[in-house]
Amino acid sequence: MTTASPQRAALRAVRRPGDRIFSGTALGAGVVILLLLAAVAIFLITESLPAFTADPDEIGMLRGATFLEYVAPLVFGTLWAALLALIIAAPLAVGIALFISHFAPRRLAAVIGYVVDLLAALPSVVYGLWGATTFAPILQPFYVWLNENLGWIPLFEGPVSATGRTIATAALVLAVMILPIMTAICREVFLQAPRLHEEAALALGATRWEMIRMAVLPFARGGMVSAAMLALGRALGETMAVTMVLSASGVITFDLISSTNPTTIPANIALSFPEAYGEGVNVLIATGLILFIVTFAVNAIARYIVNRRAAFSGAN
Amino acid sequence: MSKRIQVNDLNVFYSQFKAVEGVNMVIEPRSVTAFIGPSGCGKSTFLRTLNRMHEVIPGARVEGEVLVDGNDLYGPGVDPVLVRRQVGMVFQRPNPFPTMSIRDNVLAGVKLNNRRQSKSEQDDLVEKSLRGANLWNEVKDRLNLPGSGLSGGQQQRLCIARAIAVSPDVLLMDEPCSALDPISTLAIEDLIEELKTEYTIVIVTHNMQQASRVSEKTAFFNIAGTGQPGKLIEYADTAKIFSNPDVQATEDYVSGRFG
Ligand SMILES: Nc1ncnc2c1ncn2[C@@H]1O[C@H](COP(=O)(O)OP(=O)(O)O)[C@@H](O)[C@H]1O
Ligand SMILES: [Mg+2]
Repeated sequence: MTTASPQRAALRAVRRPGDRIFSGTALGAGVVILLLLAAVAIFLITESLPAFTADPDEIGMLRGATFLEYVAPLVFGTLWAALLALIIAAPLAVGIALFISHFAPRRLAAVIGYVVDLLAALPSVVYGLWGATTFAPILQPFYVWLNENLGWIPLFEGPVSATGRTIATAALVLAVMILPIMTAICREVFLQAPRLHEEAALALGATRWEMIRMAVLPFARGGMVSAAMLALGRALGETMAVTMVLSASGVITFDLISSTNPTTIPANIALSFPEAYGEGVNVLIATGLILFIVTFAVNAIARYIVNRRAAFSGAN
Repeated sequence: MSKRIQVNDLNVFYSQFKAVEGVNMVIEPRSVTAFIGPSGCGKSTFLRTLNRMHEVIPGARVEGEVLVDGNDLYGPGVDPVLVRRQVGMVFQRPNPFPTMSIRDNVLAGVKLNNRRQSKSEQDDLVEKSLRGANLWNEVKDRLNLPGSGLSGGQQQRLCIARAIAVSPDVLLMDEPCSALDPISTLAIEDLIEELKTEYTIVIVTHNMQQASRVSEKTAFFNIAGTGQPGKLIEYADTAKIFSNPDVQATEDYVSGRFG
């Protein structure tokens, strides 16, 4: 044992200071993130408990309803608005990103990319103001038209909002807000599609679009889902724009253009917080906890979707 | 099917830079033609003009004619997409689509042609193409696994299977063995020997033995210096190029005196 140890020590790799500093920093950063997440979770859970345990009748905010009855329309509204925004933004983002990465001349692509990035720099209050004062009135006549011609579809059942401040308007504003991040990420992953495989497709006699379908989109699948999830995360948590645009009444309805609209958890917190007191505050924090869980679940599902076909991802 | 290629006074440019100048050449059907020459002399550039793949590079253009069985590839109204369906290409680095299974890789080109095929027709085509590429026995039990799981040599043969699945008239190969080990290289050379009964094959190679083993005719390209255009120096039967070429530069190159 004693004779072997000097040799063993000599065999062990030298730990250089640079390596040590780097691995130390990386480990530290990882631990900090986990601690932060744990701290947030603990705060949310402990502050939420009173909302679950207290007698609903004693919390003014619940107006006699149980917590579940209170939070259900909010969860619905949050998911519904975010989903609508994603449905509107995703095809646009993919289209713009493809145009920038594979169709536009280089100069034009740079200009468009720059403009889209600028959209990301606008504060959400600006979107909220613009949505409520300018965009909603513009959309209102269009909602009337939808209701008259497609009113038999439950989505456009009405009665039509007189102000245009509907869930559809909120979703459109949200869509504009999440467009830049989705476009930017999609553009990056499209640009990373290997030239080798693009040429393979073209050499087989693919048109440009067929090449994109064969060699670019499948390769970018994981990246596009990630982009959608980041965007969805932003849409789920967006507060100001929804608060300002939506005239909310806290119902559950799929009607896009009516004057009674579901609202979202963040917007509800922003609106109700000033007048909340006592256990009402705990109720609002509990809705925040629900949002936290919903966002987590959405991300987990997305990861699962991406990983299911990992062998075909092109990463190997 | 197999077709004759005739190249008349071909110049190739990358924007302002003339990469290849004044190529005249006739490539016979059912034969293997090898392009040799030092790096950067324009072999790949010229090869890619034979199926208009150079057009993928911004700023690349040609002057002159390339006739395939008398039809000018660069004539007005000729669709480069259709040209590439007639003239297939295999690249230096094996590039099967990593997001597709082995089977789908073979069928990739056929599906583009929008030909509706029944499952059994597809199965037959997959087997025929993979047999044609000497790969069938190695992959027949894992057709639904990703193509990227194969070895480099197998991947390259998969690419050849993919290229011949659309029954092209001509098969272009740009240094198809340079990323492969010697055993895989021999497998591809044997395959080329078999394929030439059906296809016109043009192969770029850095390996002189390979050129003399597989080809009937050899074209030697060279450049006078950097920034100069590459030129076709000598084009003759392979035996002649390697034993008594007409041009001194060819002799120097094949005997290893430079390049
Ligand atoms: N995409 C490109 N853009 C500009 N010049 C290029 C490009 N590809 C090749 N060239 C130039 O064209 C010349 C011929 O290159 P290439 O055809 O690749 O030679 P080879 O295949 O014989 O090694 C070289 O000078 C090279 O720098
Ligand atoms: Mg080359």
